[in-house]
Amino acid sequence: MSAILYELRASYAFVERNLNLVKRYMGWEIVWFAYSLASALSITYIGAAMERISGADVNTDYLVLYLLIGTLVWRFLSILFNDISEMIQWERWEGTIEYTLMAPIHRLTHMVGQTLFAILHGALFTLGIAVIIILFFDVSLEGANVLGALLVLLAGSFSFIGLGIMASVLPLLFPERGAQMTNVVQALLLLFSGVYYPVEVLPGWMEAIARVSPATYVLVNIRAALLQGEPTRSLLPIIVLLSLAGVILTFVGLWVFRQAELYAKRTGRLKRNG
Amino acid sequence: MEAVGYVCPTAFYIEEDIYTGRLTMTPVKPDAAVLVEHISKTFHQGEAGSFIGRLRGQHPAREVQALRDVSFQVARGEIFGILGPNGSGKSTLIRVLSTLIIPDTGRALVFGHDVVKEDMVVKRLINRVSVEASFFKKLSPIENLMYGARLYGLTGKEARERILDILRRLGLRESSFDQPMEEMSRGMQQKVAIARAFLTSPILLLLDEPTTGLDPRSKKEVQQLILSLRDQHDATIILCTHDMEEAESLCDRIAILDEGRIVALDTPDGLKRLVGGPSVSMEDVFLALTGKHLDEEGEAVAPTQPA
Repeated sequence: MSAILYELRASYAFVERNLNLVKRYMGWEIVWFAYSLASALSITYIGAAMERISGADVNTDYLVLYLLIGTLVWRFLSILFNDISEMIQWERWEGTIEYTLMAPIHRLTHMVGQTLFAILHGALFTLGIAVIIILFFDVSLEGANVLGALLVLLAGSFSFIGLGIMASVLPLLFPERGAQMTNVVQALLLLFSGVYYPVEVLPGWMEAIARVSPATYVLVNIRAALLQGEPTRSLLPIIVLLSLAGVILTFVGLWVFRQAELYAKRTGRLKRNG
Repeated sequence: MEAVGYVCPTAFYIEEDIYTGRLTMTPVKPDAAVLVEHISKTFHQGEAGSFIGRLRGQHPAREVQALRDVSFQVARGEIFGILGPNGSGKSTLIRVLSTLIIPDTGRALVFGHDVVKEDMVVKRLINRVSVEASFFKKLSPIENLMYGARLYGLTGKEARERILDILRRLGLRESSFDQPMEEMSRGMQQKVAIARAFLTSPILLLLDEPTTGLDPRSKKEVQQLILSLRDQHDATIILCTHDMEEAESLCDRIAILDEGRIVALDTPDGLKRLVGGPSVSMEDVFLALTGKHLDEEGEAVAPTQPA
């Protein structure tokens, strides 16, 4: 019990530290929020303008909600991915990486703390954007299965945690270019996962890749729940599959991180400036 | 031989034959705070030494032998100095003992625990203060120390009480407790780094050039803190420095490290005797043993040739 308490306290160290960092870098947080809000609004307005752009009869409400789901889900998942994948980069930049990695805690404890913060950060940030966007559009969730959508999002989050842990090794292996590489991974996830369009419109080879991205299934099923009112019972198989994929990806991520940490310790790459 | 024995502070187990009174000295093993045996470490630098380069089977552009067959022991409660120029391998050695670098060959034990195989146990016993105060620059001393305390399992209340007590004892102004670290002087930052090490009560403290770049007053204060940590907290200390005076005044024994090798290891007086006698300075000792001078920044410079 005391061992669990010890690890929980250590996990909380990351939550508290990151909340303090958010507080101290509040200016950047506001800038990022404004940028994300402007981006989300711009994308959603494409839906509102589609009838005028195409000159055809379009179900505007459906399209607006379709794009809104994409932008909000992507905002949440990308914050989750960012906060986890950039944990090494932040510490390298601040010069604290060696101090954190020589602390007597398990890497799982480290990741749990970072993940709890990422979920909290992503949820508050996305909720803030959602509340403001709803003021601009007449969004109706009548007949939508909100609970089912949230369950799908929660299950899908685990996969992004695993992917984030795997991407976080890039700055460990490549001190100079690792951070840029994590951004490329994130951009590819955005492109291949059907955030703003069905993956069927992609060329065959891209669609094949989209089929292995967990985000594809998260988005398709959240849209099914919110746009078609798909009942939770029929969403259960995908929720179970996404959770299972999340657990596997998280443990693979932890294993990959352990190997990268050992490699960095053998080659002396933990040092502050690489 | 029937014998009685005791541990002496110079890291030797001395046995006295109770019949003949003859003394025999053997290196301490079970009671050594630190045991380093035949540690070597080579780094591969340059693009071809990168991860991708290795996957392609390229040979590293440049090999740097940071440590070459380094062996020594440190007794409990000892302040053990490692004196050497920049690039001599001091920081690599400290990183090996901190579980941050895995040596190519040899082993290092901290209170009997292997730094590679039992890294989690070793991490609980040690703390480190490095030349660059490794903090989140925007966070305050309290926020940084709270993070450190929680990583070592302290509760919030317990940590806060200890932090305030330590910061006051270190003479930090109360008004600076909540100000960002980046607004503090380097001397103050280094004091906070030492406070962070005090906070977790390590029994082995690794100090990697803790006074480099400090003004004389801050340097003196940090040196006093090091002595009080040994005296009041019963800690064993390994101090890396290129400051001869500091090494002589603080350390019980000093290892001189040059190009990854220990070229001499003894008490300050023992080292002086080795090259001439008590009247020689540590600079003379260093020059005689390595053929180099050290400038103020710790860079090795060749001795001036006579005209």
